[in-house]
Amino acid sequence: MLGEGILKGLAETAKNFAGSFVSAERMTTVQYPEERIAPVEAARVFPFLVYDGADWEAGMRCVACQICEKECPPKCIYIEKSKDKKPDALGKPQFYPAKFDIDVSVCMSCQICVEVCPFEAIKMDNEFELATDDRFGGLLQDRKQLAKSNEYYHTIHPTEAAEVDARLAAEKTKAAADAAAKAARPPAQAATPAPAQKPAGGGE
Amino acid sequence: MFETADQIFVLLKHWLVGLLPMALQPVAGVVVSVAAIVCFFPALFALTTVFERKGLGRIQNRIGPNRTGPFGILQPVADGIKSLTKEDIVPLSADGAVHFLAPLVLVVTVFMGFAVLPMGRNMVLADMDAGLLFYFAIGASTELSVFMAGWSSRNKYSLMGAMRAVAQMISYEVALLLSSVAVVMISGSLSLTKIVEAQNHYSYGLPHWYIFTPWGLAGFVMYAIATTAETNRSPFDLPEGESELVAGYHTEYSGFKFALFFLGEYLAMFSISGLGTTLFLGGWSAPFSFLTWVPSWFWFFSKLMMSIFVFIWLRGTLPRLRQDQLMNFAWKFVLPMCLLNLLVAGLWRFMGDGWLRWVICSAILVAAYVGLGWEEMRRMHIGARSYRYAE
Repeated sequence: MLGEGILKGLAETAKNFAGSFVSAERMTTVQYPEERIAPVEAARVFPFLVYDGADWEAGMRCVACQICEKECPPKCIYIEKSKDKKPDALGKPQFYPAKFDIDVSVCMSCQICVEVCPFEAIKMDNEFELATDDRFGGLLQDRKQLAKSNEYYHTIHPTEAAEVDARLAAEKTKAAADAAAKAARPPAQAATPAPAQKPAGGGE
Repeated sequence: MFETADQIFVLLKHWLVGLLPMALQPVAGVVVSVAAIVCFFPALFALTTVFERKGLGRIQNRIGPNRTGPFGILQPVADGIKSLTKEDIVPLSADGAVHFLAPLVLVVTVFMGFAVLPMGRNMVLADMDAGLLFYFAIGASTELSVFMAGWSSRNKYSLMGAMRAVAQMISYEVALLLSSVAVVMISGSLSLTKIVEAQNHYSYGLPHWYIFTPWGLAGFVMYAIATTAETNRSPFDLPEGESELVAGYHTEYSGFKFALFFLGEYLAMFSISGLGTTLFLGGWSAPFSFLTWVPSWFWFFSKLMMSIFVFIWLRGTLPRLRQDQLMNFAWKFVLPMCLLNLLVAGLWRFMGDGWLRWVICSAILVAAYVGLGWEEMRRMHIGARSYRYAE
């Protein structure tokens, strides 16, 4: 009959209206600045650079290969490669980023930089309160602001970080095994780079 | 004691006016009454906006505004300050004078409607013999202001909104008038105070409000539909359908002029609800005879606020109609029902007392409602929506 649907609708909204005063489950609003809900583990907002150990500059995993800079769709990453080299986690001398800037306002949180990084050096943070009163400098984060420890990575994405650590450890043991194999073979052929690599691989 | 509480505003006015010299008293009396209306209803408007937002929030299981002041009660103050301090932009190609006048015309004409509403026993600014006629004559001018706003803005959205508004308001004005005419036929008067008096009787403790008769109920439903359309409230808010027309006829208004449109819209809602209360819900009379000691103005305003609540409830429930649905509904359903209702009201008047007129009048109206409703819905395809794509 005409008007039936209207009455049904009115009953539904009346139920909502009255129910919202009675049942707490109906009111899903979280009053944000005062109340917060813990972010889900897979949440991703903005990239950060992982470092191992206590010193962010020494422990930075990034080797300034610039793959992320090239792959970044909105081109928000700017990297300047260092002139000198520093030993990486495996002890191998590597370049490091002399400059690593990401623009918060340009980044679109796509995670492509994370996907392409071969060194597990860039990961996604779940920190979302990135607002600043400085439109230009404040929104451009340099490598010091971007550097965050591996422990921090473990606190925000425990599962993923454990996987990454396992993978890195496997690589390390493989590198050590390779080095050991190389060290066992020197009588056959004395290659020039071998002495440089051997102490580094075994020094760990 | 009860007498004093009932007449408190009237006595207050007499005391205030009595302070002035004799020659000024007639003018002062009018000024005091007008000032009371002009102060009270905008205050009610401010309260209504926040309650509407909170109520709509609750309907959608949200909290609604709760940041300004305790429970967000100061929200209208913040809104007022915002709209007062905003830049008042007039489009370069707009007709300046008409653009400026449109919101004023709206608010002024809407305020004039309050003059004839009896808001309590002896509480009416101008007790005209043809109060209802005056009300509708004034009420029709709101259409003018809407069209002025839409035309003078020289914006296609404004103009389309105004065209829709005028088409809608004229269509539903007919239904509004015809549903009220039934009341005039029965009470035999165009004076709103007399219409209230006619309903202010009780038998077995229950009032003789017109809504409790078959023709009154049908008339009230038609009146409610027509008022919703007349005040451009959802589901009839096509003139300002924001998903289609930006904001309709007030697209080009900003700052306080926009606030005036908003105010005018809500004031129109109050005044038309007040008229509906007067015509069908017994105006200021109490709902039970043992409650007659409660001040009459209390009843008027409670009924008014109840109507406002229903408006908000409807807004929270129904989606917007399409233009053709709106027009079909007005001319093919509401108008025939109103005309039939006039006939039924005549029958009711001439059949005398007794149960027979209840049965016959109700039967005619129910049969017409079901029949017309069936005819209306026959051509509609209710069910899963089907899509046709271009090949």
